[in-house]
Order: sequence, then structure tokens, then C-alpha cells
Amino acid sequence: MKELIKQVVECYGPAGNEKAIRELITSLVSPFVDEIRTDSLGNLIALKRGGEKKVMFAAHMDEIGVIVTHVDKHGFLRFYPVGGIAPLTMLGNRIVFADGTTGVVGCEKLEAQKDLTLNKMFIDIGASTKEEAEAKVRIGDLGAVSREFVDLGQRLVSKAMDARIACAILIEALKTVTNPAADIYAVFTTQEELGLRGARVAAYSVSPDVGIALDVTRTGDTPTSITMDVSLGKGPAVKIRDSSVLCTPAVRRFMEQVAKDNNIPYQLEVLETGGTDAGAIQLTQGGIPAGVMSIPCRYIHTASEMVDYADVLHGVKLVKALMETRYTG
Amino acid sequence: MVEATGVSGYEGSVGKVIHEVFAAQTDQVTTDTLGNVISLKRGEGENRAKVMLAAHMDEIGLMVTKIEEKGFLRFISIGGVDQRTLVAQEVRVHGRRDLIGVIGMKPPHLLTPEDADKAIKMEDMVIDLGLTEEEVKAVVAVGDLVTVNRNLIPLSGDFVAAKALDDRAAVAAIYHCLSELCRMRHTADVYAVATVQEEVGSRGALVSAYHVQPDIGIAIDVCHGEMPGVPEQYTAPLGKGPSVALGANIHPKVYERLTELAKEHNIPFAIDPIPGPTGTDAWTMQVTRAGIPTGLVSIPLRYMHTSVETLSINDIKLTGRLLAYFVASVDRKFVEGLLCY
Amino acid sequence: MLLKRLSEAFGPSGYEGEVRDLLTQELETCVSNWRRDALGNLIAVKTGTRGPKVMLAAHMDECGLMISFIDKSGLLRFRKVGGLDDRILVSKHVVIGSKRVAGVIGAKAIHLQKPAERNQVISLNDLYIDIGAKSKEEAEKMVKLGDYAVFATEFGYLSDTAVKGKSFDDRAGCAVLAEVLREDYAFTLYGAFTVQEEIGLRGAGVAAYALEPDFAVVLEGTTCNDVPGSEEHGYSTTMGGGPAITVMDASVVSDRRLVGELERLARENNIPVQYKRSITGGSDAGRINQTKGGIPVVVVSVPCRYIHSPVSMLSLRDFDHTIQLIKLFLRSVEGGFML
Repeated sequence: MKELIKQVVECYGPAGNEKAIRELITSLVSPFVDEIRTDSLGNLIALKRGGEKKVMFAAHMDEIGVIVTHVDKHGFLRFYPVGGIAPLTMLGNRIVFADGTTGVVGCEKLEAQKDLTLNKMFIDIGASTKEEAEAKVRIGDLGAVSREFVDLGQRLVSKAMDARIACAILIEALKTVTNPAADIYAVFTTQEELGLRGARVAAYSVSPDVGIALDVTRTGDTPTSITMDVSLGKGPAVKIRDSSVLCTPAVRRFMEQVAKDNNIPYQLEVLETGGTDAGAIQLTQGGIPAGVMSIPCRYIHTASEMVDYADVLHGVKLVKALMETRYTG
Repeated sequence: MVEATGVSGYEGSVGKVIHEVFAAQTDQVTTDTLGNVISLKRGEGENRAKVMLAAHMDEIGLMVTKIEEKGFLRFISIGGVDQRTLVAQEVRVHGRRDLIGVIGMKPPHLLTPEDADKAIKMEDMVIDLGLTEEEVKAVVAVGDLVTVNRNLIPLSGDFVAAKALDDRAAVAAIYHCLSELCRMRHTADVYAVATVQEEVGSRGALVSAYHVQPDIGIAIDVCHGEMPGVPEQYTAPLGKGPSVALGANIHPKVYERLTELAKEHNIPFAIDPIPGPTGTDAWTMQVTRAGIPTGLVSIPLRYMHTSVETLSINDIKLTGRLLAYFVASVDRKFVEGLLCY
Repeated sequence: MLLKRLSEAFGPSGYEGEVRDLLTQELETCVSNWRRDALGNLIAVKTGTRGPKVMLAAHMDECGLMISFIDKSGLLRFRKVGGLDDRILVSKHVVIGSKRVAGVIGAKAIHLQKPAERNQVISLNDLYIDIGAKSKEEAEKMVKLGDYAVFATEFGYLSDTAVKGKSFDDRAGCAVLAEVLREDYAFTLYGAFTVQEEIGLRGAGVAAYALEPDFAVVLEGTTCNDVPGSEEHGYSTTMGGGPAITVMDASVVSDRRLVGELERLARENNIPVQYKRSITGGSDAGRINQTKGGIPVVVVSVPCRYIHSPVSMLSLRDFDHTIQLIKLFLRSVEGGFML
């Protein structure tokens, strides 16, 4: 499982250019599903047959990143954020582009540290002229943070745990599920970081009877952190609300019941800010019951997002059990 | 209705009350996936137009995020809660059973002068249930809802004060409309919908309008009543009838018909020009599917989003009457005319 | 000139009738049929026989003002329609309603101001429109609550190629779309003139829902900030630099295949193009893209300086190049380009 996680989290795939990660996931899940297709927004939709009802599991495969908006005469690249990026997390980061071109993030001279904003930063790819830079990177190219996966034993660290850890869990569950109780639509969505865009159109075309998003959530277990009753290592979280969704109570109860029946530890999650694909799924067409399983994750939207391995394994068990249990609403 | 609980996303209890109310006056009532209560009162004849009347039944509230040591509860808001209205408030925590609690504050004797001038932040408040941590944990869990413990009180004349008049007063207006329609002839089918999750982004109207697919959608909501300190141009007087909105969110012919009918039947009304987003279910309904002609009728209300929202009962009745005349006036020809710009 | 007439037409969000009528007349002989919907979108349908269904979209509406209150003294209070900067309002001519009642947005004379006031932005609550009425009753004979106002700006030439006028965002896009619709194509083409873009991208989504195109191109008059005081990397677009292709904005990621094809056509036909270099701000493309199961879309814009103000400016070279590029694109679709 750790090898799978490493492979999935290290892959390049900022929101808007999910080609590489989509191809990787396609190769990983194809042997275990009955059908697989890509839609016009780049969502990867895999179907594993098992019943009359349709259950959609959504994990977003995009990650936050940057888009190049200008190349100056000395070859420095200016950029805009793609998804929610705090300036203070960017300094010193390495940025990689689709073709492997790598650069580092630098900053203009600042009067004070509080003046740090993204439009004062640039990416240096080692070029000396505009022409040299443009031979490698062009305006509109998307970059992602480059950072390797680290196994701390019980805890795992990488960029893009949000939400590749959920992708890895969904892949593993598809591999191990033996007796699905419904047609399982495993959707690896795009552009979640830009406003749940992939999930919205995928939910429309799949039109499931129930939707469950898999994602990460924040924790309240670090020094003077936000007030939140979620910790690493206490199991996957069953979401109650975030800014995008008030989870359908029946789905939440179903998820809790399945966890209890299978002796899987879980936590209840009330997230004050942040959104997830379930927000889009729930409001599709005439309304779709929707819930969320979140993996607790520290330092979200930085180059070093941390999850607990036991939470991940319990997450796989829970997703597998959800796939194998009939949802009765 | 206003004393029932129904925080956004958890409208089950108030939904039951409304289900019964609508059932008495309509041909069928259903509750959809999100909890919208959708009732249908059929019109006469063939090829009937569909009019959807939408008023939201959810209310703003609080949600428990953490049970602290000694049993104090931390919380966040669901919907737009003014944190200053929470101080020293008596609340009801909806756990396995309802518990009464208070949001306490430091007594003035212990305050520094600087502190006394600052609003207390919601993140610094706690709910005190007067119970031990064990007792609290046996009844309350993360995710439980909290509402202000407040009953409706009559004020002078026909004014009343309560929580959740935004927007259950509008549900009452629909009720009044349905009663009037029992005595009137109408060819249009009326879908009376009590929507959910308006306070968190008009989510219930989005899916219910998609489902109902009406020819015309009218949202009934509340608007700001006249009060000191707010410029006249942003408010409407209480007790002088509904406000009828116009602007991009409103189909011009729906506005025209509503105001003509009001004049014809001597229903007083105010004009409510809104250039952009109306912040109501009308905003969502209008862009559902291939587009729905919409209208917006509002009941003036003071102190919106507090537990002492105040309005005139007569305004509710006048709103209901206007809606009834509107529904009775809708026929195929009117609906077809809505596409002729 | 159509651009002049479009620019001078009265059409704030929610009240696009005059623009709609102008376009209907102008294109009467070029379309198979018209479609109209509940919001007021106007869709020119050119029915074809083979190939994909293509939607081109440009929004008819502009930013403006709405009369919200009439004072005892006959002065009109107003609210903004769309994203106008409060600071541009003072000391401008406006016209109110389709009868074009003339008014001015006044301000206290500099003589009466305290020095400190001159550095303060005049709040919207302190601004009003004066139509010369002496009382509420007199004003009400000319103006009703809910009437719209727009800036009274005349279109004009600044040089052979630079023109000024109001609301090039997005009447420039409307003009490009109209020119493109004058030619015939083998595939089905929908020319959607949409409403209510400026108040939340309202019209395009419902049009796309009804039309279900295979892909769409949104035509815009977009921000251009190539002026002193801006760093080059903050220009967004450059006036005279050619049509601007959007790769990403706040509402959408353009389809890479569509971007690639436009770029190829520009290169092979020596049409200058540029990328839009700011990501903030949304467009109708966002709503189209998110419709039903997803519709691939790209945005092509005429760079316009000073949009969302009484007077904007564009280069007719950019304008003509945009028309040329879109026509080439449609011919390419005719020639078999598909997604």
C-alpha cells in the first residue's frame, strides 16, 4: 500500500492538467473494473458492476499548483496560484512542469515579511533570457510543487496527500472489493481545487443514487491549532459539514453504521471552512444523497501534508465495506 | 412553525409540521432527498401551467465542534449568525435529547475597559450546560445542532417577534395563499415548496426547481423593515403590505402582473428595486435548467437573523392574498408570453 | 458601423432589450431561426447538415445603475448594476431608461470641500443623479423606481485604429459574433447573445443547457492594463497585441485542444495572438463548461482598456484579427476539426 501511495502522491497533476495522474490511475485500476472512460473535463470514471443501484465514489486527483502568466526578459516566470495557496508556504519550493522542467520560487526584495504576496514571487528555471525560458515553459503552462514522499513509519508525508491519499484508498478498495452491493462508479475527479468542477459534471452524467466523496480534512491536534475534534490516528472521519456541504443525515448514519458493524474506528468531522466534491454531487439534478469520508491530514496545502497510516488502512476497509453494503437510505 | 427546530441541513422537525399543514390544503405532498417539502395543488383543465411558490423553512443556527474539558461546548455557526447576538443567550442543544444551556460571559466587574469595547468572537464563546463532562458526553456529540431557545411573543397590534420568521413567515404566506385558492378558480398547478438550506446558499431551491421544472417560480422571502439607522432606500415599512421586487432576477412580466393585481385588489405594496443578486431562492430558480421566469415577493421584517425578528401578521396575509390572485391569473397564454422578449 | 451602434445601445444587465432588437434586425437575413428564453438570451441558429454543434457566445449586457429611491427634492438615489468602481461615478453624464432621460452625477464643488475630503472616496450613499427635477412628483413623471441608467458615452475614433466608447465589454464580443454570423457554415452554429453576465454569469449557462453544444467559444472584450503604473507582468493583455486567448480564468480552464487549434491557425495565418495573462475574473465560459455532463470551452477576447468605466478603448486591428481568427476556426471545424 505504501508503494501505491508513493506512486500516486508523487505524480504530477495540478488542477487543469491532470493527464499524467489520470494515465497512472487508469493503468492501476483498469484490471479491476468493468468499464473505464474519460469525460470532457478529464474526469476518470471507472465502473465496477454489482447491482441495480448506482453508488458514486469521488476522489479528486488534481492538486494545487501555479500557472505561468509572464516570462520576463531575464527568463524569470511570473505566476498565479491554481487553488488555495498561502504565500508563506511557497518560498523555497521547487516547481515542476509537465515535461519535467524544474524551477525554484524566489521573491522580490521586501520591506517587511508581511508584504509577501504571490505577485511578488517568481519562478527561476535557470534560464538567462526570455528565449531560453520560453524554449521550456510557456505562458499558460501549469506547475506543481515537487516534493518526494517520506515514510515516517506510522505517519506519511508528501505533497498532494490532498487528495491523492483518497485516490490511493479508492484504488486499493477497487482492488480488494469482492462483492459490491451496487454498481460502483469510482470517479477520479478533476479541478476540485478550483471549485468542485469535475465532480459537478461527473455526477450529472453518472446520476448516481448516492454519492460518497473521499478527501482529506484538517485536524485540531497540533500546537494552538484550530478548534476541531479530529486527530491523526483515530480513524477516518465521517464528515458532518463543511462550507460546501451539509452531508445528507441518512448517508452519514449509513457510513457510521457500516464503520461500527465492521469494527472500524472513525471520528466525526465538523470542518468550519473548506469544501469537497460532495457539495457538488449533492446538488446535482433533483438532489443526490451525499456523504464524505475524510482522512485526517496535517499541514494541508503545503508541500508536506501528513497523514496517519492506520487511518489510511482503516479508510480502505471502510470504503470497501461501504461498497459491499446496500444503501437503504 | 417558528418554535420548531430546522437548522439548515436538518429541517426534519419543521418539515414534518409543514408537511401536515400543506397536506390539509393540497392534493399531494412529498419530501425529496434534501428534505424539501413539495406539495401540489392541481388546477382545472388540461395542459396546465406550473407555478412554483418557494419559501425556505431552514433557519440559521449553531453546531457543536468540540466538547471541552469540564463539558463546555465549542461551536460554529450554520448560516449568517451575528456573533454579537449570541452573548448571554439561552440556547437549546439538540443532542440525544434537548438540553438547555447558556452562552455565558465574563461579568463586567472582571472586564478591563479595553475588553468591554470589543465584540466577543464566536471562537471564544462556549456553551455551558451546567453538567459534568461525562454527563455532557452521554448526550451531546460533535455535529449536534444548537438553536436559540425562544418562543414567539405577540407585540402591540398585529406585530409579533420570534426566531426563524425568516423565512417561515413566508411559508405561512403560502399557507394563506393555498387557503384563498380553495375559494378561487385556478387553471395552473401550484407547487408549494418549503425549501431547505437557503441560508447556506439556496441549495434546496436548486434541486427542487430542477425537479418540479415550473413554468414560473415565485420566491417568497423577507426584506429589511424600516428601522432607525438604515437608509430609507434599503427598507420597506412594516404593516403596509409586501415588497415586490424588480430587477434582473425578476421577469419583467411577472413583476408587472403582480403589481397590476395588487392595485386591482387594493393590496398595498412597496417596490423593491434590486439590480443584482437578490440573495433569495429566486436567484437560484431563475437559472435552473434552461431558465425559469421568476418573481420575488418579500415580507418586511426587522432585526433579520436575530432571535427577535419582528413583523406584522397582516403583511403575511396580504402577501398570501397577492400570491393567490397571481396564481389564479396564470394561464397558458401568459406563460407563453414570458418567452417573448 | 455595427460596433458603434452596439456600443451606444442601452443594455444594463436585466434590461438588454435594445441590444437584442438591434442584433435581431441586423442579422435577420443571416440566421435560420431565432431562439429566445425565459431570461432574455437571444440565440441565432444557423442550421447545418454535418459536423458538430458549435456555440459561440457573447454577452449583451453592460454595467450600469438602477434607480432605487427618489428624494423629496427630486434627486435620484441609485444602486450599481455589476462591478463598477465607486470612484468612477462622480461627475459623469448618464441616461435613464429607454427614453434616455438625461442626468448627471453631481458632486459638492471643490470650494465647499474640506481639504481632507478630497482624498476620500465619495460613498455610494452620498451620490445621486440630478435630472433637473424640482420635486419628487416632477421626477416621478420622468423616472420610475427600478429604471436603469447607463453612461451617456459617444463612440468615437481616436486614430485610424483606436476607438473609444462605452461597454466594449462585451459589445466588442457581440460585434465579432455578429460579423462571424454573416457567413454560412456546413455545421450547426449557435450564436448566443447572452444576458446578465455582469451580475454573475447568469445567461450563458441556461442557454448552454438548452443548446447542448459539442463545444463552445466565448467572445469577450477583456481587461487590458498595459499602461504606466503597471508592471509588465501585470498587463493582463496588450492593446494591439492581437486577440487574447484565455488558458484559465477564475471560472474556467479552457480546453487545451481548442487553445491549441486557435494557436495553430493564428500561427499559420500570421495573425498575432496573445495569452490573457491574468487569471482573476470569471466569464460565461465557466457556466457553459459546468453545464450538464461538461462542455469544452475556450475564451477569445478583444483587449480593451478601461472596461467597467464610462469609456473604454480598443484597437480595431485587434478587433478585425479576432473576427478573422474565429472565422478561420469555424472553417477548420467545417474541414473536420473535432474534439
